[in-house]
Amino acid sequence: MTRKQSQSIFMMQGNQACAEGAILAGCRFFAGYPITPSSEIAETLAVKLPRIDGKFIQMEDEIGAMGAVIGAALTGMKAMTATSGPGFSLKQENIGYACMAEVPCVIVDVQRGGPSTGTPTLPAQMDVQQARWGTHGDHSIIVLTASSAQETFQNTILAFNFAERYMTPVILLLDEIVAHTTERVVLPDPETLEIVNRKQPAVPPEEYLPYRRTDDCIPILAPFGTGYRYNVTGLCHNETGFPTNTSQEIESQIIRLTEKIERHRGDIERNREILLEDADVAIFAYGAVARSARSAVRICRGEGIKVGLIEPVVLWPFPEERICEITGSIKAFVVPEMNLGQMAREVRLASRCAVDVHELHRVDGEPITPTQIADMVREVV
Amino acid sequence: MFDYLKYIREWNFPHIWCSGCGDGIVLKALIRSIDKLGIDRDDAVMVSGIGCSSRTPGYIDINTLHTTHGRALAFATGVKLANPKLHVIVVMGDGDATAIGGNHYIHAARRNIDLTVLLYNNYIYGMTGGQVSPTTPRGMRASTAPFGNQEPPFNIAELAKAAGASFVARGDVYYVQKLEKIITRALEKKGFSLVEILSPCPTAYGRRNRMGHPVKMMEWIRDNTVPVAKYAKMTPEEREGKVCTGVIVDLDLPEYTEEYERLIEKVKAEK
Repeated sequence: MTRKQSQSIFMMQGNQACAEGAILAGCRFFAGYPITPSSEIAETLAVKLPRIDGKFIQMEDEIGAMGAVIGAALTGMKAMTATSGPGFSLKQENIGYACMAEVPCVIVDVQRGGPSTGTPTLPAQMDVQQARWGTHGDHSIIVLTASSAQETFQNTILAFNFAERYMTPVILLLDEIVAHTTERVVLPDPETLEIVNRKQPAVPPEEYLPYRRTDDCIPILAPFGTGYRYNVTGLCHNETGFPTNTSQEIESQIIRLTEKIERHRGDIERNREILLEDADVAIFAYGAVARSARSAVRICRGEGIKVGLIEPVVLWPFPEERICEITGSIKAFVVPEMNLGQMAREVRLASRCAVDVHELHRVDGEPITPTQIADMVREVV
Repeated sequence: MFDYLKYIREWNFPHIWCSGCGDGIVLKALIRSIDKLGIDRDDAVMVSGIGCSSRTPGYIDINTLHTTHGRALAFATGVKLANPKLHVIVVMGDGDATAIGGNHYIHAARRNIDLTVLLYNNYIYGMTGGQVSPTTPRGMRASTAPFGNQEPPFNIAELAKAAGASFVARGDVYYVQKLEKIITRALEKKGFSLVEILSPCPTAYGRRNRMGHPVKMMEWIRDNTVPVAKYAKMTPEEREGKVCTGVIVDLDLPEYTEEYERLIEKVKAEK
């Protein structure tokens, strides 16, 4: 069968595309709690998972859903949850647990405006810093975003692949526009997809150390019930998985948690770039806003304005080096966001203030339009 | 001679529990129950929350998962639902299970998911230094109830019963053989099995309440616990200050993961 013949084309919203991507990535466990605008992810998986021997459970609260996901992941299953702003806040302690215990799992946050209950049905991008720093303590984390239903499908798979490869929770940040816009999605032949499964121990149980210090800094956690009896804890622990109070072991672990992501930036970072080669102005945009930004680039280029676009698919780790490089060849950045400049500050830091970073904010629950972005680009030029 | 060394992580001893603490006695009873039932250590998972009792996983050589405060039952629900073949034993304390983890407690019981829950009740937050807990009896002193606790306490076992658990029992660390039998029955039971275990905390509870040395606290358990059958015949006046022990609920109810497997078979047949 050729690749083309085995593709399927559907009309679906981002939330449904997320569920489809999860299933093809190998997700067989979902625990969640109802919350707008993410509920369709749970609803879709509630129908689909039992049909493929998967498990779906609606937990008593957001915290419990995150706990159940971690428990399931430790049995070797690929597991996920989905939520929105307030639920994302509630999950933070257990997301930190997954960072500390190095349990692979995927958390989808369909952002809403906040703080608090905020705007449940309106688009916003106000969780981009919470995704990075929401849980307490030093840690590194991988955060993806998506600008369309198609990209949501692909990045959900990517999120699972990163989780399994780096033994870490991975966050997929969507916004209400992407989550609820019904559009064309091509589901590729599953055979053509790259699917990563976590490593299994290569040593017998008596020689096994779950958190052995390896060259790539990534532990190998055997699924519970496979003969490798070990301890998992959120306390600082040594290579055995048991708690430690030894300064050297604490330091080694905390540094490794960040190292294991930082060291693999080359594999993790992904940016989509449009017409940056000769650009005087670079737009930095992500999520649904990136779609408006693409239109703005077309409009401005039509007027002869040299403008380009960088869309980070991976928001965290932040593409510092690439932003720094771009800074050298442009005169200004324009950063449109549905928040009050949460990522603009990162762009400013990475550009080391060598060029102006112009911020375009929208926090009224309305999308940022191509015209708004184009207007700012003209102003800057 | 019983081979305890087979089941413990000897390298982690000495344990962190204070002299006179009952938690080690529970561990002993659990190990004997696991051995009696022939449960394979590779197939057993212990999930705990945060607190003194929740340190038990460090000392038993099975798959162990020490989670966040109050959330042991949520993690355990994930483990059990993902792999129903595993024997999942949950260890929690009174504050862990009924304050911060109260929601998970009633809902895990309601689902009747096959978890064996050992809930050590020492009437206090021990690890953090003796703060008042939802089970601290009225009038008793704690570091955060310096003039005596004003709040009425939870009845942990009755809470599980009301929420729908298929097995509810209460044991204590004085009558150890009886505790072992109860834990064995709880492990055998398919469904949410709650065993509340009275375990003294001489350091953070007994001392502040002038209950005397650890032996006195064990004697308090001996003198104030009443078997279920006898308790049933007592008047409300006679029950004052007494705690009933034994099996309180033992019902055959649909178990969550078995029901889920049936659901899978059903929806797959419909396809």
